[in-house]
Amino acid sequence: MSAGVEHIGLICSNVEIGPGAYLMEISLPEVALRARPGQFLHLRCGEGMEWLLRRPLSVHDVDKKSGRVSLLYQVVGKGTSWLAGQKPGINIDVLGPLGRGFSLPPCGGKALLVAGGVGIAPLFFLARELLGRGVILKFFLGARTRNLLLRLEALQRLGIEIEVATDDGSAGFSGPVTALLEKSIPKEKPDIVFACGPRPMLAACAGLLAGHHIPGEFSLEERMACGLGACRGCAVPVRSPEGGATYENVCTCGPVFAAQEIIW
Amino acid sequence: MPLPNLSVNIAGLRLQNPVMPASGTFGFGEEYSRFFDLNLLGAIVVKAVTLKPAPGNPPPRLAETASGLLNSIGLQNPGLEVFIREKMPFLRRFKPPVIVNIAGKTLEEYVELAERLSEVEGVAALEVNISCPNVKEGGVAFGVDPKMAAGVITAVRRRTPLPIIAKLTPNVTDITEIARAAEDAGCDAVSLINTLQGMAIDVERRRPLLANVVGGLSGPAIKPVALYAVWRVARAVKIPVIGMGGIRTATDALEFMLAGARAVAVGTATFTRPTAMVEIIEGLREYLHRNNINDINELVGAIKV
Ligand SMILES: Cc1cc2nc3c(=O)[nH]c(=O)nc-3n(C[C@H](O)[C@H](O)[C@H](O)COP(=O)(O)OP(=O)(O)OC[C@H]3O[C@@H](n4cnc5c(N)ncnc54)[C@H](O)[C@@H]3O)c2cc1C
Ligand SMILES: Cc1cc2nc3c(=O)[nH]c(=O)nc-3n(C[C@H](O)[C@H](O)[C@H](O)COP(=O)(O)O)c2cc1C
Ligand code: FES
Repeated sequence: MSAGVEHIGLICSNVEIGPGAYLMEISLPEVALRARPGQFLHLRCGEGMEWLLRRPLSVHDVDKKSGRVSLLYQVVGKGTSWLAGQKPGINIDVLGPLGRGFSLPPCGGKALLVAGGVGIAPLFFLARELLGRGVILKFFLGARTRNLLLRLEALQRLGIEIEVATDDGSAGFSGPVTALLEKSIPKEKPDIVFACGPRPMLAACAGLLAGHHIPGEFSLEERMACGLGACRGCAVPVRSPEGGATYENVCTCGPVFAAQEIIW
Repeated sequence: MPLPNLSVNIAGLRLQNPVMPASGTFGFGEEYSRFFDLNLLGAIVVKAVTLKPAPGNPPPRLAETASGLLNSIGLQNPGLEVFIREKMPFLRRFKPPVIVNIAGKTLEEYVELAERLSEVEGVAALEVNISCPNVKEGGVAFGVDPKMAAGVITAVRRRTPLPIIAKLTPNVTDITEIARAAEDAGCDAVSLINTLQGMAIDVERRRPLLANVVGGLSGPAIKPVALYAVWRVARAVKIPVIGMGGIRTATDALEFMLAGARAVAVGTATFTRPTAMVEIIEGLREYLHRNNINDINELVGAIKV
C-alpha cells in the first residue's frame, strides 16, 4: 500500500567511528535497491520513550547484495543520542528513500566533491556511483580537527584523489575546505561540484562556483516534521523562475538543490 | 453482535467515522495517499487556502519541544485558483467529504473564498480558520474577539450554502464566549483547538529557534489543554464540536469524544506515524466492540462527573 516507503529494518551494526560520530548499518533490502545518492531516510527515534518527531538522515551507502543501508550521523541532541544507544538486533522504523537526490551525469567528465564534517554522509554513496560511471573525481574533506575527518580511510580505499583540510591544522591544509576548492577550480576545471556541509560552507562554495560559471549540486538541511511535503515546515528560500523569491520544501524538492537556485 | 456504528453527523455531513486529519498537517491529501486509502477517513480536511498564493514565513519554521512541536509555517499555500485547478481533481476521487480550511486577511477575503468554493464540485464544507497564530494580519485577529468572530461567520453564512465549521483558537481568555458567538452567527459546527502560542530559545546562540520568534504549539504536550477546552465548549454550545490537539491514539480520541466532541482531528501524530488515523479508527471500533456499545454517538459527552 505504501509504495515501498514504510519499512522496519534490523540494525546490523552501530559503531562509533569518531568522537560522537556513528556508522549504522540497517538491513533494508528494498531501500538498498531503490535509494539514489542524496536521498534520505526519516527515522522514528525514541520508540516507547517520550514522543519525538522523526529525524532525517542521508543514505550514506547501500549494499544491494546484502540489502544493507548505512547511515553516518553525528550525535547532536535527543534523537541522535537515542540512535547511538541502539544495539544490533533491534528493529527500527524508517520512511524512505525520500527526497530528490543528486543528478548523476551520464558518464565521463570530472566532478569535485566537497564535504564539511558529517557532510560526507551523502557524498560517499555519490562518490561510489560516480566512479561506477567513469567520472573522474576529486574529494575535498574538511573538518574541525583530525579525528572528525570521518570515513577518510573508506574514501581512500575507493582509490580516489583526496585533499583534506582542518580548521586547527591537525591534518592536511590548515583552514576551511572551501579554500582548497578555490585553489583547485582553475586547475581542475570540473564539470560539476557536489557539496554537503554547514550552511556557511555551502554559501561560500556557491559564491566560488558562480564566479567560475560551474554548476553545483548541494545537499541542504532544514528542520523537518512530515518529510513528505505535507506540512511545509522545511522551507528553503529559492529563486523563482520569474526572478523573485519563493520557498521550496527541502524534503520533496530537495534535499539536493542546484547551488545557484538557493538564496543564501 | 452487529458491527458497531462509527458514523456521526457533523454540520449536516454524514461521516462514516469520526476521524479526520487536522488542517495543515495533511497537505492536500496527496502525500499520505501513498500510505493508506483516503477512503478510510471520516473526512478529508485540507491545508488553509488563501485568496492569493501565500509564501509563508522564513525558516526555521519548526522546533521540537518536550512532547510538542512549534510551527510558524505562515499558511504557505498555492492560493485559491491553483487549489481549485490542481488539488480538487485529486480530492474529488475520494468518498469522504472534503472540508476546505479558509483563511483571509480581511472579511471580504473570507467572503470571496466562501463564494468561490461554494461553486466548486466536491467541496463539502468550509472550515473558517479564525485562529492561525502565524500570520500578522487577520487569522487569529478574527478569533480572539467574539464580535469579530461573529462578523466573519455572519458574512460567510450569507454567501454560502455549504456547512460552516469555525476553527477556534485557544489563545483567548474564554473560548466558550467565542464558540457561542460563532454559533449565534450561524455556523454549523466548531473545531478546536488550533495551536497554542509559544516559543523556544537556543541558549548558545541566544536566539529564538523559530525565525518568526513565536509559533504555534501542537502535539501531545497540548492534549490536556485541548481536552479541557473541548469539554467546556461542548457544554456551552448545541452545535457539534470537532476536537483536536495532541491526539495520538484511539484512547486519546475517546477522551475527546467523552468530553463532548462528536468527531476528532489528528495532526502532529501523523508526522511520526503516517497511518495513525487508520489505527485510531480501528481502535475505536475495537473499543466499541469490547464494551458492547452499538453506536459511537452514545459516547459523545458521556463523561461521568
Ligand atoms: C535531508 C537531511 C539529511 C540529513 N542527513 C544527516 C546525516 O546523514 N548525518 C547527520 O549527522 N545529520 C544529518 N542531518 C541532520 C540531522 O537530521 C539532525 O542532526 C538531527 O535531526 C538532530 O536530531 P537530534 O534529536 O539529535 O537533535 P535535536 O535535539 O533535535 O537538536 C539538536 C540541536 O539543534 C537545535 N535546534 C532545534 N531546533 C532547531 C531549529 N528549528 N533551528 C535550528 N536549531 C535547532 C537544538 O537546540 C539543539 O541544539 C540531515 C538533515 C536533513 C534535513
Ligand atoms: C505544521 C502545522 C500546520 C498547520 N496548519 C494549519 C492550517 O493551515 N489551518 C488550521 O486551521 N490549522 C492548522 N494547524 C493546526 C492544526 O490543524 C491543529 O489544530 C493543531 O495542530 C492541534 O492538533 P495536533 O496536536 O493533533 O496537531 C497546523 C498545525 C501544524 C502542526
Ligand atoms: S518536512 Fe513537511 S513539508 Fe518537508
